[in-house]
Amino acid sequence: MSEFTATVTVRLKRGVLDPEAETTKQALERLGFELSALRSADRFEIDLEAPDADAAAERADEMAERLLANPTIHDYDVAVTER
Amino acid sequence: MTVSVVQFGGSNCDRDAVRALRHLGIDAERVWHEDGLPAETDGIVLPGGFSYGDYLRAGAMAARAPVMNEVRAAAEDGVPVLGVCNGAQIGSESGLTPGAFTTNASARFQCEPVHLRVERADTPWTAAYNAGDVIEVPIAHGEGRFEINDDAYDNLVADDRVLFRYCDAEGEVTDAANPNGSTGNVAGVLGERETVAVLMPHPERATLPDVATSTDGQGILRAFAE
Repeated sequence: MSEFTATVTVRLKRGVLDPEAETTKQALERLGFELSALRSADRFEIDLEAPDADAAAERADEMAERLLANPTIHDYDVAVTER
Repeated sequence: MTVSVVQFGGSNCDRDAVRALRHLGIDAERVWHEDGLPAETDGIVLPGGFSYGDYLRAGAMAARAPVMNEVRAAAEDGVPVLGVCNGAQIGSESGLTPGAFTTNASARFQCEPVHLRVERADTPWTAAYNAGDVIEVPIAHGEGRFEINDDAYDNLVADDRVLFRYCDAEGEVTDAANPNGSTGNVAGVLGERETVAVLMPHPERATLPDVATSTDGQGILRAFAE
């Protein structure tokens, strides 16, 4: 068994309205910044033990499927690094 | 008929639901989620509130609590299940009903009376109304925007599973009458069985004549009297 960190990034699907990101963008603009768009995402860093990186990614993927993301509104990706 | 009102940590409309149901002569009791459903459960309310502090997403944690396996099994047996507000979020997160309820287009918590158009009257939840009736029921939510992908929405409409839409006082379904940016002004939907329904507005807050400005929500709760 090796130790891994699986990073799960959950974001709204393209086209799904993100009022919080829009509000954040407007606040940045009020501070004088120029920007075209802003998207926000949730990032989960999960430390786990697994036989190999594929097994770690598979487990993190299932975590995203079953809880971390809502498939109706979210896309997600998983990246695994060995610790 | 005994209705179990499932209380999670952070539920805050459980007492209101029990009181409203009892006002209508329907036996109801609060059930702590860890205790599981009582054997004599003939109906289930998932009440409003902020279960698990809305951590992750509103309803996400409660939807995965063990009691929800019992709720799903009961729903499949035909036991009527009603999710209100946070209970609606829990219902959609648990897969009892389609779509998702997410952040209001305003990005704000909104607490206000709204008008709802009854889309169909041939369900237990709407038998007290006529299709096209306009009822007034309050909302109180920050994450009530109904989101669903286009294909799933088309199926929802084709299957006639939209129960209520936000409308104006005349029953017109308009953008101006949509408080939260919900797809198709959808305020409430049916599950695969019409004995399962969720809605963001609060019928239990539009039931008691002593405290409510409208008692239009009574008809929804009367589903449990049948």
